[in-house]
Amino acid sequence: MKQFNKILIGIAFSPNLRENISEAIRLSNMFNSQLICVHVGNHSTKKKETLKEIFKNAPKPKNPIKTLFQKGSPIDVILNVCTDEKIDLLVLGALQKENIYKFYIGSIARVLTRKAPCSVLLLTKHSIERIPCKHIVVNGLKDPKTKETIRISFNVSQALGCKRITIVEEITQQEISVKVNDDISLRRANIAKERLRNREDIRVKDILKHIDTKQKGGIDIKTQSIFGKRGYSIGHYARVIRADLLIMNAPKKTRLFNRIFLQDIEYILSDLPTDVLIVK
Amino acid sequence: MAKKQPLLKTFINDIPKNIFAGFVVSLIALPLGLGLAIASEAPPISGIISAIVGGIMVAVLGGSNVTITGPGNGLVIVLLSAITTLGSGDIQQGYLYTLAAIVISGILMLLLGFFRMGILSDFFPSSAIQGMLAAIGIGIFAKQFHLMFGNISTKGNTLELLLKIPNTLTEFTSSGNTNLIAGIIGVLSLLIMIYYSKIRNRFFQLIPAPMWIVLLSIAFSYYYEYFSLQNYPIDENLLINIPENVLSNLAFPNFSKIWTSDFINVVIAITLISSIESLLSIKAVDKLDPLKRRSNVNKDLKALGAASVVSGLIGGLNVVTVIARSSVNVNNGATNRSANFFHASFLLAFLLLFQNQLQKIPLPALAAILVYTGYKLAAPKNISNIFRIGKEQLLIFSSTLLITVFTNLITGILAGIIVTFIIHIILNKSLSLFTTNLLKPNVLMYRENDEKRNYYLSIMNFCNFLNYSKLKSKLDQIPENQEVIVDFSRCSFVDHTVMENLNNYMSAFHAKGGHFEVIGLDLHGADTNHPFALRRISTTQKITSKNLTKRQKSLKSIANDFNWTYTSVQNKYFNFLSDFGYFKTKNIRKIKNVLNNGPCTLFDVIYTEGEFIAKQVIRSTMMHIKLNQASPNFTLDKDGFFEYIYHLTGYSDISIKGHPDFSKRFFLYGKDSKSIQEFFTDELVLFFESNPYYHIEATKTGLLIVHKERLASVKEIKAMGDFGVRLQRIITEN
Repeated sequence: MKQFNKILIGIAFSPNLRENISEAIRLSNMFNSQLICVHVGNHSTKKKETLKEIFKNAPKPKNPIKTLFQKGSPIDVILNVCTDEKIDLLVLGALQKENIYKFYIGSIARVLTRKAPCSVLLLTKHSIERIPCKHIVVNGLKDPKTKETIRISFNVSQALGCKRITIVEEITQQEISVKVNDDISLRRANIAKERLRNREDIRVKDILKHIDTKQKGGIDIKTQSIFGKRGYSIGHYARVIRADLLIMNAPKKTRLFNRIFLQDIEYILSDLPTDVLIVK
Repeated sequence: MAKKQPLLKTFINDIPKNIFAGFVVSLIALPLGLGLAIASEAPPISGIISAIVGGIMVAVLGGSNVTITGPGNGLVIVLLSAITTLGSGDIQQGYLYTLAAIVISGILMLLLGFFRMGILSDFFPSSAIQGMLAAIGIGIFAKQFHLMFGNISTKGNTLELLLKIPNTLTEFTSSGNTNLIAGIIGVLSLLIMIYYSKIRNRFFQLIPAPMWIVLLSIAFSYYYEYFSLQNYPIDENLLINIPENVLSNLAFPNFSKIWTSDFINVVIAITLISSIESLLSIKAVDKLDPLKRRSNVNKDLKALGAASVVSGLIGGLNVVTVIARSSVNVNNGATNRSANFFHASFLLAFLLLFQNQLQKIPLPALAAILVYTGYKLAAPKNISNIFRIGKEQLLIFSSTLLITVFTNLITGILAGIIVTFIIHIILNKSLSLFTTNLLKPNVLMYRENDEKRNYYLSIMNFCNFLNYSKLKSKLDQIPENQEVIVDFSRCSFVDHTVMENLNNYMSAFHAKGGHFEVIGLDLHGADTNHPFALRRISTTQKITSKNLTKRQKSLKSIANDFNWTYTSVQNKYFNFLSDFGYFKTKNIRKIKNVLNNGPCTLFDVIYTEGEFIAKQVIRSTMMHIKLNQASPNFTLDKDGFFEYIYHLTGYSDISIKGHPDFSKRFFLYGKDSKSIQEFFTDELVLFFESNPYYHIEATKTGLLIVHKERLASVKEIKAMGDFGVRLQRIITEN
């Protein structure tokens, strides 16, 4: 089973640094993994001093922290470190719009999210104090990766002490295949929907059956089917029910085509509803 | 097959009703068809051809139920300008070119239907459409007013025609007017149109007003033919000209101008107006349908397109769905499409049987019918209605109206859209709200996971005419007998078009036994008291309190019904709330919509959770019950949703003796297990087991009943209030 053994965080000497590092150390402690901090830029004593100061006040790490200083373009450096160090989880901080409740991912982080060989965690609520994670929303898309994603979400929720998981099946308009024109087609569309919902439920239940009862222990599991645009509606849903973490499959290879017509994960990146974990 | 039989049976049983309805409609359609054609400067017969072809083809191919099809009011202005511009002065030639344009636009409509573009009409702001219709009304009025007084020589554009009205009036009253009698017939006809609805006589009402006009004017001509020694005092020019043999005198389209820009403009205008008029009418007629069926809009568009092609090919005007004739149809008991078919058959029969009599109808009489229709479209009453919705709507309405009058319909409606959008930008002081969110799917729909399985829709960012179709496509998927909650609390701007359409949904759901409710607008300000006024999240709270939302109004009336008090804004904070564990980690921002009856208080509460960037704003509806005797601290919950509270306070799950089922179904947490077990008497346990579920917390001061972590709909609030009152009674009795 996949585990997050090595966590990578890119650090910039920004006002958020303290929060970012506190959050990353906490995460690495929860997953019992090693934390690697990478700074893209020059190595200077002043920076080292600042880091030292922050580490001193931050939560105590279980495993030693490794700090790297490397020059180059941020994207290349981080991607290289990911492969060289066999990183399992890359942690990125979200930016915030002037409007206080909106978060989005900067252009560098967006490229990293797309290209990273490992799972990516996008943090919106980094804070020095721990905010408990109470509710995780996982996608239950019909996709070969979903099985692994759901499995990992149970790991994550055990590690974070989260007691509630909702698996969301997104049903797109195309799948319903019956177009609503009048009463008769409406009835047919609703039957089709109900059938799809049952089918999706059975599929998710089947995945759940293959997960250890130990993993599932103490967690309240619900499924919910929603109707809307794939990738976007799950973010909207996570926002409506105020989930603390949204776990999604990594998108399939993005081609130019997909970037012009925003797809799946891109919607979420442009307006993060909450913390998002993208599982690869 | 077994299912088909009763359908056929009801169809046959309903035939007499539909024949009657079709007959009454044909009485109106005959004068209107003639009049609309004359107003467009087309041969009178072309309007009748359009109604006959439309009635037969749409009845067979269409997807709506009780609509009537034929020549439409809206097209008059377009066709008139098409005939004059394409013919460059030669009316007859212009008519043939226009027939070609009608055929092409029919093909376009057919395509619109195939590509399921029935949603197109959703992208037009409703005030702009109102403005356009009013402009059409003014156009018809200005043109026909002169004809009504027997003046056929006045020409010009709408504005010139309006300015010449005094001229026509002085000419009419001056001595030596050769068309005095014709003018008097016109004015009398107008009086019939105006006062028809005021005369409540059953026999008089049997025949529709336009038919009275036709009958009376024909009778008038027979008087001169048989009884009077004088000649018929109406000039040949002022009588309807119908070819002796209709079938051998059909006109055929001339396609030779097909690639000119004038022609293309005409095609676009005809297609645009006829699809908008048809779609609006279909929507409106669906509301009238006694059986509350849903029309298949795209199928209807296809049928209308096909009918227009055929009608154009044999010299008829294009075919649209018409609202006035359709409502007459419904009022006379039509139940299915066959009424449309019978209306067409009666028209054909009239045309073939009464050709000579039809020739005797004076044009001023028909013009009077149109003057009345034109006036109805542009009535000052409409303007005051729009003003009541909001100043900005009047601005949209009047700019569309004026630009349409001064230029043409397409420019007018485009200007209306642009003005609406600019107003929205100014009102929100933000362009980026629209540009960044326009293409995002902003509507989420799911069925809530509790026993009621309500449909819940959450809308984000903004919702106006630009993206209303996204909301509509979701709403259309819900059967109207279900419960729907539309939540706008995450949406910062909702425009008039959306509000109006939501209201239509509300009545549609109500009519079919469902329930449709809008929540989350109480924080949005509106400038007027009208239910359709646009609403936006405002920084100043002043206007919010003044203009209540529909939800607030119904809360107020509930309060009246049950002798509760209602206040929309509570400025004092409810200090006791912070005693409850639920609010330990939350900051209360605002209390709104407070309903109170002594011990029980229902309220919307807006609170935040988390701090700084992790902060989230949550809106919820709760109830507080004041208890006379102290109750032990406990939390009663079903799905462990709030379990973190007991983690913090060190509570433990308590089971009640003798009620294993209750203990299994509910989580009951508290410190003082003994007094809690005493508190939960048999009656109380039974009450909780047999009633809907709420999260309940108790402290010394009383009980807090929490609905979901969203605002409750009015229906849910009623249920909650009832629950609370009964709970309070049981606890006090113990």
